Formats: sequence, C-alpha cells, structure tokens
Amino acid sequence: MLLAIDMALVIEKLVLIVIVVMASLVIAMYTTFAERKVAAVLQDRRGPNRAGPFGILQPLADGLKLFFKEEIIPNFSSKALFILGPSLAMLTAIMTGAVIPWGDKVHFFDRDISLQIADVNMGILYVFAVVSMGVYGIMIGGWASNNKYSLMGALRAASQIISYELAMGISLIALLMVTGTLSLKEMVVAQQQGLWNIAYQPLGFLIFLICAFAECNRTPFDLAEAENELVGGYHVEYSSMKLGFYLFAEYVNMFISSVVMATLFFGGYDIPFLNEANYDQNWMALFGVLMLMAKVVGFIFLFMWVRWTIPRFRYDQLMNLGWKVLIPLALFNMLLTGALVLLKHNGWHF
Amino acid sequence: MGITQILFWGLSVLAIFAAIMVVASKSPVHSILSLIVVFFAMSGHYILLNAQFLAIVNIIVYAGAIMVLFLFVVMLMNLNAGSEPQKHRMLQFAGLISGGCLFLVIISAISETPQAAGNVMIGTGNSGLIKNLGMVLFKDYVIPFEISSILFLSAMIGAVMIGKKN
Repeated sequence: MLLAIDMALVIEKLVLIVIVVMASLVIAMYTTFAERKVAAVLQDRRGPNRAGPFGILQPLADGLKLFFKEEIIPNFSSKALFILGPSLAMLTAIMTGAVIPWGDKVHFFDRDISLQIADVNMGILYVFAVVSMGVYGIMIGGWASNNKYSLMGALRAASQIISYELAMGISLIALLMVTGTLSLKEMVVAQQQGLWNIAYQPLGFLIFLICAFAECNRTPFDLAEAENELVGGYHVEYSSMKLGFYLFAEYVNMFISSVVMATLFFGGYDIPFLNEANYDQNWMALFGVLMLMAKVVGFIFLFMWVRWTIPRFRYDQLMNLGWKVLIPLALFNMLLTGALVLLKHNGWHF
Repeated sequence: MGITQILFWGLSVLAIFAAIMVVASKSPVHSILSLIVVFFAMSGHYILLNAQFLAIVNIIVYAGAIMVLFLFVVMLMNLNAGSEPQKHRMLQFAGLISGGCLFLVIISAISETPQAAGNVMIGTGNSGLIKNLGMVLFKDYVIPFEISSILFLSAMIGAVMIGKKN
C-alpha cells in the first residue's frame, strides 16, 4: 500500500466538498435572480417573470446566454493572464467554504460525519488569507485586458480591498479576544452555549459588515466598476462566460461573506432558544444547516437592500471612511474589548 | 513513500520551478506572479512542519499584502519587456558567478550540519501552533517583541512624514 489513508474519510470529504461547491454555485445563481427581484420590488417594478413560473428559470437562461456569447480576447493582451483572472476570482471565492462549519455532526453508516470540510485550528486566519487573495483575480484580469479603464478599475479595487482589510482584521482581533479561539467550529459551539457574539461585539460587527461590503465590491463601495467613469470597470474587455465568472464570483463572495458573518457573530448553525442535545442528532443537524441558510438569506437581503438604497461613494470619501473612520474605530473597539476582557479576568477589580 | 514525502517533493519542485521563473521571465508581472507561487509553496512546507501560524501569516503578509503592492507598482508604471532597460552582458555574468558562489557556500554549509544526515521531523512538534507561539512571544520574549513593534511604529510614522512632505 503506497498511501495509508482512511478511504472512507476521503470519500466523505470528497462528497462534502462537492456538495459545498455545488451549493455555493446554485445559491449564487439564485442570488442573481433574487437581486433582480429585490431591485424590482424596491423600484416598484415586476422584475424577470418570463422564464418559467415567476421567472424561476431566469438564472439558467442567463447562464445559457453567457455560454453562447462570442468569446473575444483582445489582441494585445497577455492571453494566459487574461484567462487566469476570472479563474482566480472564482477560485478564491469558493475556497473559503472549506473551513466553514455548515452544521453539526450527522450520524450515517455508523460514522459521525462532521459537516465541515476542515476544522483547522486557525480557521478565521484562513478566511482572512483567502480574502486577501481575492484581489489578484481582479488585478490580473484588469491588467491583462490592456485597457486603461480596466487598469483603473483594477487599481481601485486593489487599493480599496487593501484599505478595508486592515479595519476588518482589527475588528476580528477584538472578536478573537472575546472568544479565545481561532477555530470557527469552537466559536459556534461557544455561541450555542452562551450568547451570540453580536451581544459582545456590536461595534465590531458593524465595522466587519462595512468592510465585508467593501471587500465584496458591492455598492456603495463598487468604485471598481463605476460605469459612469470607467465604462464597466475591470471587466470591460471580458465577454462570454469569462465575464460571467467575474459577475458570478461577486455573488459567491457575497454568499460566503454572509456565511462568515452569520458564523462569527450570529451563532452559525445554532438554533436560538433550543437545546439541540435533547433531540435527534441528524434532524437537528439538518435544521441547523437550514437555520444557517436562513441567517445567510437575511444578510444577502441586506446586501441587496443597501445596494438599491445608497448611492456610490466618491473615491476620496471611500478612502477617508476606510482610513480615518473605520481603522480608529476598530482600534478603539479593540482597546475597549481588551480592557474589559482583562477586567473580567481579574474578577472585575482594577 | 508516505503522503508527507510526496507533498514535500511536489512542493519543492513547484517552489524551485517558480523561483527560476521569477528570474527567467521577461515580463515583471509574470515574475511577481511566480514569486506568489513560491510563497504558496513555502507555506505548504511550513504546514508540513506543523507551523500553521507561520504558513498562514506568510500568505496574508507576503502573498496577500506585499505582493499586491509590488503588482500595484508594476502595473502603475506599466513596466514590460520593451521598456525595461537591457542589462549589460558583463553584469549578467557577474551576477551569475556571485549568485553561484553563494549557492555553493550554502550547499556546503547545509551538507556539513549534523541534522542533514538525519530526517527532519515532519508533522511533529507543536511549537509552531499559535497557542504555543503566543505563549513564548508574550511571556519569554515580551521585551524584544515590544521593541520590534516600536521599530515598526517608527517606520510607519517615518513613511507618513515622507508622504506628507509633498
């Protein structure tokens, strides 16, 4: 035997990976549909309603259309990098799902199967690392297009993501001080037994939420694709499914950051006011996954609501907000949390 | 050959190939992308050594932040093979010889260390885990740690001052 590996474990993880990737993609697909419907409701329109009942097949029609469009690669661009750009955007969008605890353990075929692909003991840092990788897809694509507008869009996206990563990291440090662990699974378990982290870190959550909007390039932070100044942003030169990948990666990012927020601050798969240990394990795991999805849908709705309500920032406003408001606020939050944690450790004595 | 060894060889080949590409490729952007691959391969090695914190920080800081800035500068200046100044052939030879000498010195130094004969302990030891690392940093080495952070702070303030001048 060349490799002594537990085959059942490999199969189990493979099945889990396929399910998570497929689910992310399908949910992202229907998020595009939901976005158009929500936009329609907010603007007093009907939205897409021709493909299938209530327009339910619209995402499939969109996907098919993108597949059948002519594919154009600009003459003077670097072809390999031009293709690498959207692939990287998609890859980094999907990679985060590996450390998310999607649910509790289920019991099948005499095995306890954890609904988490990898419970690494530094899950939150992994998420952070993947987020910081996300900028490459945009930068490489924007540069390889060999177009001034694309390059401007890519540079804007990069500087924005770098700026907001800092505040995001500092708000996470405050959260880590409260939870005392980096593992996402342990965080969820702690929240199941006690209060949700939002109760301890309301300011931290607000900072994290704003940064998540910026990292996903969503309005009001979508200057990278400001169509009135940059034609279309970093993906001007893209067509067909490569454009589809960029647009799609944005929705996968939105889904994943909603999952991360729900896991970090809103108890993950925890069902409030219910002791999961009293009921059947498998059913509780299923309901836990559904609960997580319900929280995620709430966050995704928030993303859309904000998009169709708040206009885009100016670029200097964006940078001022990131560097002069969010980072000092996050530092203050970290200091306050540190002081309180220390006080609590000393039994509330100075 | 266990799975760790296969991973080790795979990562090593990847790292060396990408490192050669950093030097050999004509376009600066390609060099930077190869350097990012090198960082990822190094992080893989760190994980094999059970130094997970080092691995992830290597990705966050080097691959995620510093290389983005590199890419940023190269893209803004729009460097490419055409505009890059051609180096003199003599300079290239000098670089090759001095680099080769350094390589030889390192090889001989490594081959004479006593550890080279034995196996490196892969996947064992837990000094690289974040908990132990934090304990060591903030208990045994807290003063050097704080001093180095003050050094960072002064570098940051210096950068801001230089930027403010214009």
